[in-house]
Amino acid sequence: MNKLSKFTLAVVVLAAGASALVWALNVRDEIDVTVPVAAAAPSESLVARGAYLARAGNCQACHTAQGGPAYAGGRGIATPFGTVFTSNLTPHEKTGIGSWSPSHFWRAMHNGRSKDGRLLYPAFPYTSYTQVTREDSDALYAYLRSLPPVAAPNQPHTLRFPYQSQAALAVWRALFFSPGVYEADSARSAEWNRGAYLVKGLGHCAACHTARNALGGSERSLDLAGGLIPMQNWYAPSLTSPYEAGVADWDKQHIVSLLKNGVSPRASVTGPMAEVVQRSTQYLSDADLGAMAQFLKELPASHTAAPEPAAIRTGGESVERATKLYEQHCAQCHGAGGEGIPNAYPALAGNRAVTMGEASNLVQIVLNGGYAPATEGNPRPFGMPPFVLVLDDTDMALVLTHVRQSWGNRASEITPLEVNRIRASTGR
Amino acid sequence: MQETRSGHSWRRTLARYALPAALAWAAAGSAAAAPPPFEDSIAQRAMACTACHGPQGRAAPDGYYPRLAGKPAGYLYNQLLNFRDGRRHYGLMTQLIEPLSDAYLMEIATYFSQLEVPYPAPLPATASPEVLSHGRKLVLEGDPARQLPACVQCHGQAMTGVAPGIPGLLGLPRDYLNAQLGAWKAGQRRAHAPDCMKEVVARLSLEDINAVASWAAAQPLPASTKPAASLPPPRPGATAITCGSATAPAATTAVPVKAQK
Repeated sequence: MNKLSKFTLAVVVLAAGASALVWALNVRDEIDVTVPVAAAAPSESLVARGAYLARAGNCQACHTAQGGPAYAGGRGIATPFGTVFTSNLTPHEKTGIGSWSPSHFWRAMHNGRSKDGRLLYPAFPYTSYTQVTREDSDALYAYLRSLPPVAAPNQPHTLRFPYQSQAALAVWRALFFSPGVYEADSARSAEWNRGAYLVKGLGHCAACHTARNALGGSERSLDLAGGLIPMQNWYAPSLTSPYEAGVADWDKQHIVSLLKNGVSPRASVTGPMAEVVQRSTQYLSDADLGAMAQFLKELPASHTAAPEPAAIRTGGESVERATKLYEQHCAQCHGAGGEGIPNAYPALAGNRAVTMGEASNLVQIVLNGGYAPATEGNPRPFGMPPFVLVLDDTDMALVLTHVRQSWGNRASEITPLEVNRIRASTGR
Repeated sequence: MQETRSGHSWRRTLARYALPAALAWAAAGSAAAAPPPFEDSIAQRAMACTACHGPQGRAAPDGYYPRLAGKPAGYLYNQLLNFRDGRRHYGLMTQLIEPLSDAYLMEIATYFSQLEVPYPAPLPATASPEVLSHGRKLVLEGDPARQLPACVQCHGQAMTGVAPGIPGLLGLPRDYLNAQLGAWKAGQRRAHAPDCMKEVVARLSLEDINAVASWAAAQPLPASTKPAASLPPPRPGATAITCGSATAPAATTAVPVKAQK
């Protein structure tokens, strides 16, 4: 055997070994879906439980196209790798999950594999849903089967090469996904464990609140230390940092209120989190919200060192102009001293959403405005007007720098370039 | 060629009318007294709307943010749902109202429908007499040969709309009317099924659209600008038209809607 063929042989063996490893990693913890499951008629209580869990997982939000029939899929999820279209979850025989068994559904939730054996794209957050118990998966299945079937064929994804290939996805999964149901920590209370199960599992909080790498994977699978939401230019703040959205020092009741009503004495939600509260968490029981609050309160703190106070601009033409802009456009609602109006307009002084290092959200909210979600506890929220047509990049940067550096706020300045980047990305 | 023939002249139109109007508007705003103090009202809550649609929803000067004040509540509610559900397209609008409930959107719609604020005088028509007369004929009589109903058959003899779902046609800039009819023709603007307006606009040519928009935009407002309570009797030989609409949601809360003048 000459050198070349030895080398070729080595390459072939290595490639075969790597493929076998990737294959083995991809079928970890899979059940045999061909084993029939005793199919008792689902009870009303099982369906109701599934409906509740579907709220907890916010399934409908992604699996419904804008203005389309509920759960019939077709919403495009834009990712850095192309657009993934959600699938039809109604029990339609041909186009939905009408021919799926509870085991097929479980394998999708737990292993991220479709009925036909295809690997699913992790835009479907099975990296979190894998923690869901079989019992809860079966309840979800029973609920989805109770929906009216809708004939809506699944739309093919429009992913770029090489991301559209199953082989690439298999490698991704070998690197960033391992299946496993939530394992209770016996050293913690039952409440904490319930909260952890909801936050890490169906709640899939990590899908936004944990940073992703260039391949869209999460290296630290659930640190909840904040992450930019791909393609949207919203930053899901760190739930572990006292300088972002950490809640360690909050009253538990305030955390519950934020998730239930969208507003609380400490903060209110807007942007993508408003959708989460509106469609998902407002429907959860106080006990479950309390459990989530307990878990979030006890998350290990990160970044405990205070950020460096920024050099504050004082005096000069730009400060004068910024002050004037603030008085003209902002002070009416947010107060001359950035104190806000309780239960209506948030204070800007000492507001972490204002002073956070990552300022995308601040620019977004001033550009596009927004309401807190309308919830049972806060059915008529107040709103922030869009300023996209009123303030140009320079003025917006001035006024944002002003609110980040007044009334004791000590955050870095915002440049017109940063404003322009967000403005351009939202197409306005 | 008439400048009014197409939408391409919008920049010029903006420069000629909207800019001075915007300046006048801004001046009026700054001349006003200190901003009203905070009140726990629907008017306060609707300030996110009036930032673009003008104080009390009296329309923005640029012609692209239409008047809301006094339009029928059902019509405004339908439009809010249309933006939310993708039958009308404007990202800013969709994003703003997405987190709100049906009941709250209805309350906002009702609030604006109850506002009675004066209309500005219409801008003088710039189209040729032939174009205007063609527009007038289509609006008032339609074109039976093309099964084209008169606009007034549904939008009211006084063109101030018909409660609860049909909007008035007056007090809207020509560019806005042109843009909306054009969007309907291109399938960019839709209504609840059955989408009657789609059927009507399909029979209009771009020349027809421009004629209708040019004439309607130049008409003065009648003494009463309120929407009619019911449809006018159909003209002899006119076919009945069925239009879709959303079901009104149950009222939100115990807080009554308070209209501000």
